[in-house]
Amino acid sequence: MYKIVTKRQLNEQVVLMEVEAPFVAKKAQAGQFIIFRVDEKGERIPLTIADYDREKGTVTIIFQTVGESTMKLAMLNEGDSILDFVGPLGVATHFEDGIKKVAVVGGGVGCAIAYPQAKALFNKGVEVDLIAGFRSKDIVILEDEMKKVSTNLYITTDDGTYGTKGFVTNVLKELIEKGNKYDAVVAIGPVPMMKFVCDVTKPYGIKTIVSLNPIMVDGTGMCGGCRVSVGGKVKYACVDGPDFDGFEVDFDELMRRNASYKEQEREHVCRLTGGVR
Amino acid sequence: MANMCPEKTPVAEQDPKVRARNFKEVCLGYTAEEAMNEAKRCLNCKTKPCVSGCPVGVRIPEFVAKVAEGEFEEAYKIITSTNGLPAICGRVCPQENQCEGKCVRGIKNEPVGIGRLERFCADYMMAKGGETVKKYESNGHKVAVVGSGPAGLTCAGDLAKLGYEVTIFEAFHTAGGVLMYGIPEFRLPKAIVQKEIDNLKAMGVNIMTNMVIGKVLSIDELLEDGYEAIFVGSGAGLPRFMGIEGETLVGVYSANEYLTRINLMKAYLEDYDTPIKKSKVVAVVGGGNVAMDAARSAMRLGAEKVYIVYRRSLDELPARKEEVHHAMEEGIEFLLLNNPVKVIGDENGNVTGIECIKMELGEPDESGRRSPVPVEGSNYVLDVDTVIMSIGTSPNPLIRSTTPGLETNKRGCLIVDENEATTKQGVYAGGDAVTGAATVILAMGAGKKAAAAIDKYISEK
Repeated sequence: MYKIVTKRQLNEQVVLMEVEAPFVAKKAQAGQFIIFRVDEKGERIPLTIADYDREKGTVTIIFQTVGESTMKLAMLNEGDSILDFVGPLGVATHFEDGIKKVAVVGGGVGCAIAYPQAKALFNKGVEVDLIAGFRSKDIVILEDEMKKVSTNLYITTDDGTYGTKGFVTNVLKELIEKGNKYDAVVAIGPVPMMKFVCDVTKPYGIKTIVSLNPIMVDGTGMCGGCRVSVGGKVKYACVDGPDFDGFEVDFDELMRRNASYKEQEREHVCRLTGGVR
Repeated sequence: MANMCPEKTPVAEQDPKVRARNFKEVCLGYTAEEAMNEAKRCLNCKTKPCVSGCPVGVRIPEFVAKVAEGEFEEAYKIITSTNGLPAICGRVCPQENQCEGKCVRGIKNEPVGIGRLERFCADYMMAKGGETVKKYESNGHKVAVVGSGPAGLTCAGDLAKLGYEVTIFEAFHTAGGVLMYGIPEFRLPKAIVQKEIDNLKAMGVNIMTNMVIGKVLSIDELLEDGYEAIFVGSGAGLPRFMGIEGETLVGVYSANEYLTRINLMKAYLEDYDTPIKKSKVVAVVGGGNVAMDAARSAMRLGAEKVYIVYRRSLDELPARKEEVHHAMEEGIEFLLLNNPVKVIGDENGNVTGIECIKMELGEPDESGRRSPVPVEGSNYVLDVDTVIMSIGTSPNPLIRSTTPGLETNKRGCLIVDENEATTKQGVYAGGDAVTGAATVILAMGAGKKAAAAIDKYISEK
């Protein structure tokens, strides 16, 4: 059992939890993920590690309540325990030595994962432009945290209620066109956003790393459910990823595969909420 | 006087039509009377060829003789003196290639039903409330076992009996490995596996779940932590795909994923959260036990039609005979000498069919089996909404890639000597991590051998 030591509601749908998991905390690195199972009947769900504290022995996860499992998790409170919490899984994000300037792009709850990436880079002395996109002002998360780990923080909202009106890709394009020379771009967020970021960076040939979150069961390379086509080859996000070269990923296929259980998920969520969502 | 009936004493099974739609155990097992009757078919021959066919060396004629006398508890004790998991082996061992395959009675007629008798003894004891398991006195030495499948459980059990303080590290949330995630309930009820695991715990074996060795701790860190030896039984790993077009379409599963969703995550039960596709027509590609398990599970989940697509003929099917027979009885259609060339999908990326080509048998290949050759121009499309690939696995890279000094062969399997010792001192290995996909009993045999070698290594240190 893994005790929840802190719970914070970041916005209506996004929750932060700091969980006691000393073995995981000891080894966790930016870019890796954990798999949780709320209770005996629960599904195994992967979540990227948002932060960790090796001394306290805790791992922080930030998640959006999108389906039954994340809803069940969000119902737990400080002091409650999660039944299973396994990790750190996947390969940590790796940057070549000598990189000086990076743009980190986060979309929605993806900012929770963009944040540790930015933090790791910023602490290494890399200049970090952090572009964080949200639908609207009321769902902006982690603004103060992101400010601390970036050289420049750009917030965008789709409806213009906060920061720059528009999408992260507009800001990224503008920054590149202004002459900012990025050694790499890191994009973490909804699959379409990552795809569009790649569309922006590709003409400039800027190496773009994306963090994928496909459907998974074991997370250790046993089930093959998380396979993605990368450069025409089948890769397993759990052991080969979750980070991949964005120019090589077949995003359309990933979107289709991620929707495999949409119908069934809807039924489950209805059961949990009595049809109210 | 021996029972000279040419056939095995029949065993009760669920009716094929009924069982094809439920997950309850297919074979109901012998009654005491049936078991005694079957045991009397043993001639108690001097050469005991059956024993040489058993990877864990069960003293078969001795236990069978006890069954014939109605001394079931005594029979059970003889079995468990060399086999820690009789309820499991009695159900899933490929007896036709092992003990029963060597039985003298099998030359002209059917061999003695050794598997059924083993199962009977184990079930008899379990129904009686089980054997009282005792905790053995510690000898002060710590051993780590990586993986809690048949190899790991056997190794841990044997070492615990010698007084070692054993800790098993399991990556999943539940111990049992393939016995829990792979083999379906209708062939091996999970309560039986759990009982065997509980017995190990009662013997003092410590099981830590959610521990992915190679990630959360390395083999070297375990050695530094005071474990004097390590047994790696981490299993088979990455599922293989054919490398044909369409394998990433929605509705294509590896057998590992399909079976894990069903067996470990209990997707077949309404109140569990893990989803699984509600398929109408399913093609399972492959001919091993795992393929049979996947096909029969698909049927039980409500599919209207399930095909096994296998590129060789019936004679070459690697699955246990009983599984093939059961699958056929349950209405699974075998498309033998057929090989998929492409999975076909609709505009939304969902599987709609599988294109196959007919095969014919050519010259024998290196495995001694006649190799299948495609029949030019015989392509056709089978309309299916789900494809399950069950064509084997390659070893998991997590441990080998994080353990300096641990050598593997070109297929990625750990290299071991005749005592299951790897190329790294103090580290032993066995099961699918060494052999590639094989059987439960071979893994158990390796675990057993490794336990003896570890005992020797530590006591001579």
